Amino acid sequence: MNIHEYQAKALLKGFGMPVLDGRVVRSPDEALVAARAIGGPIVVVKAQIHAGGRGAGHFADDPGGKGGVRLARTPDDAQQAAVAMLDSTLVTRQTGPAGRVVRRLYIEAGCEIARELYLSLLVDRATGRIVIVASQDGGMAIEDVAAATPERILKESIDPAIGLSDYQARTLAARLDLHGRSIRAFTTVLRAAYEAFVSLDAAIVEINPLVVTGSGDLVALDAKMSFDDNALFRHPELEELRDENEEDPREREAARHGLAYVGLDGTIGCMVNGAGLAMATMDIIKMEGEEPANFLDVGGGASRERVAAAFRIVLSDQKVRGILVNIFGGIMRCDIIAEAIVAASHETGLRVPLVVRLAGTNVERGQEILSHSGLKIIPANDLGDAARKIIAAVRAEGVA
Amino acid sequence: MSILVHSDTRVITQGFTGAQGTFHSEQALAYGTRLVGGVTPGRGGETHLGLPVFDTVAQACAATRVDASVIYVPPAGAADAILEAIAAGVPLIVCITEGIPVLDMVRVQQVLHRSDSLLIGPNCPGIITPGECKIGIMPGAIHRPGKVGIVSRSGTLTYEAVAQTTAVGLGQSTCVGIGGDPVKGMDFIDVLERFIADPDTDSIIMIGEIGGTSEIDGATLIRDSGTRKPVVGFIAGATAPPGRRMGHAGAVITGGHETAAAKIEALRDAGIHVSASPALLGQTLLDVLTGRA
Repeated sequence: MNIHEYQAKALLKGFGMPVLDGRVVRSPDEALVAARAIGGPIVVVKAQIHAGGRGAGHFADDPGGKGGVRLARTPDDAQQAAVAMLDSTLVTRQTGPAGRVVRRLYIEAGCEIARELYLSLLVDRATGRIVIVASQDGGMAIEDVAAATPERILKESIDPAIGLSDYQARTLAARLDLHGRSIRAFTTVLRAAYEAFVSLDAAIVEINPLVVTGSGDLVALDAKMSFDDNALFRHPELEELRDENEEDPREREAARHGLAYVGLDGTIGCMVNGAGLAMATMDIIKMEGEEPANFLDVGGGASRERVAAAFRIVLSDQKVRGILVNIFGGIMRCDIIAEAIVAASHETGLRVPLVVRLAGTNVERGQEILSHSGLKIIPANDLGDAARKIIAAVRAEGVA
Repeated sequence: MSILVHSDTRVITQGFTGAQGTFHSEQALAYGTRLVGGVTPGRGGETHLGLPVFDTVAQACAATRVDASVIYVPPAGAADAILEAIAAGVPLIVCITEGIPVLDMVRVQQVLHRSDSLLIGPNCPGIITPGECKIGIMPGAIHRPGKVGIVSRSGTLTYEAVAQTTAVGLGQSTCVGIGGDPVKGMDFIDVLERFIADPDTDSIIMIGEIGGTSEIDGATLIRDSGTRKPVVGFIAGATAPPGRRMGHAGAVITGGHETAAAKIEALRDAGIHVSASPALLGQTLLDVLTGRA
């Protein structure tokens, strides 16, 4: 689960992270009030969307104009910026061409910047440990730094039995060319990021940039946090931070039913059990010359209701011109899949060709249910056969 | 022969009396697995499926020889169940449970590395030596005893490889689903080195996917081992949109080696026959074995 910058900063502040004074606002009037309250010679108006690259982005209605992070010298300027940004669509390198509608702004105090560093924590698959990633090249996309100058990416892994040690923070601070009071300040920053990561079961904590001020203080100027979905059950308070406007409605509906769904741009809807087989099914559709409309993993022990919900989500996608169901039953029983498909098809109405490939546990009973359903279902013997049949059926419909 | 499990492997089930534990224990017994009991805290002393129930893994191990434990405990308690099995000295632990928090597995892995236990999973179908021992949720009927070793991160793609090798008349020595979680027990290299050393495994299928770099480590192991056993590979996710899993910092760790294209290239460089299509795993291997590829 992802959250907004202002929410991440509030959480991190609770663990001792130095952040600037700021207010979240939802209207130009609120922006005016917030800018007055914060005061100072300058405030920053920042679009709150779940994507990076906001400053370098542009608004869809003003392609040549300013981005999603703007400086305001007066409260009136802040209000004007809010008028331009709220309810407009911000396009950044992470949003894709469709962009995201800006519904909230964060009005934050200005800050003097001497240097910009990068800092993040995440779990490294290779070592099975939390790893700290840091760089002197903050304020830009870290993947660009990694590609151009990998030697400028510093990594330090944390022994889970011991946790973060202060010497690791001091050592990293020295490698980041920090001196004097900045070294202790960096220890405070890293401690806050680590404690937040561990306490809240984060998937990533990223501070970019981590600013060094002229006096040697450190400030988290931007912050991103996302959380391990598998651990949300022990952090019910985090659910309140969810912003449903930032989530694809189909993906949200799928998540409510415990399904893993990712919307794509193609025309062949897929319903598969297992993430690997779901990806392989997408791959083979592409290999046969069409594009998948979605990734959908119904999971291992899905109930009839869950499978029916999955099928409805695929059917409800107006781009879908054909559906391929590919189930290899282990935990999942083919008869349950078949019953759910039949029920959902009768209920929703089957408007496109449907190819079903069933294999594994209770496959004969599943096939029997499908063949006696009265529905126009095209059975397939194996994965290759299934991909060829759905593509042939879709192309035949297209001609007719 | 085979790797890790065989007809004499004595198995217990943790989460024995739950719905999943019961269903898959019945299936294992029907397959011929030597299931010798199970664990459900608070149910010790009872009999379930004709077998003794214990309160703790330690009690089960004290009562009888236990070679392996399979875990069907729900996510919130699954990491603890793995730790309990490690503490009791169970040599092979197979965790089927999907959805364990990553940081729980970070802690488990540190304890695991200091122990003599091996862990398969979590979030995996388990391990099977066809005709001898089935530990996990895979459908037994698609398997057939033979000489192909199969290792995969994806459960259902493992079944795909099994069904295809069976369909072309080959069978399997042992199939290991190592699971899709970022922090887990045995990885490709741990299974591949056993297949390479196993006299009854003549060829290998390895199935990977995008994310992480363990397929590349596996490919390096195969190349450096100098093995003459043919290896067929497949990497799922060539068409998956980038950046949907861990964001950009995840890719920084590995410097861009997590894509399907990078992995396929590493596999080819190691002399592995990469199947372009997931539907041609069995056929590709058969072609290699009969000298047609």
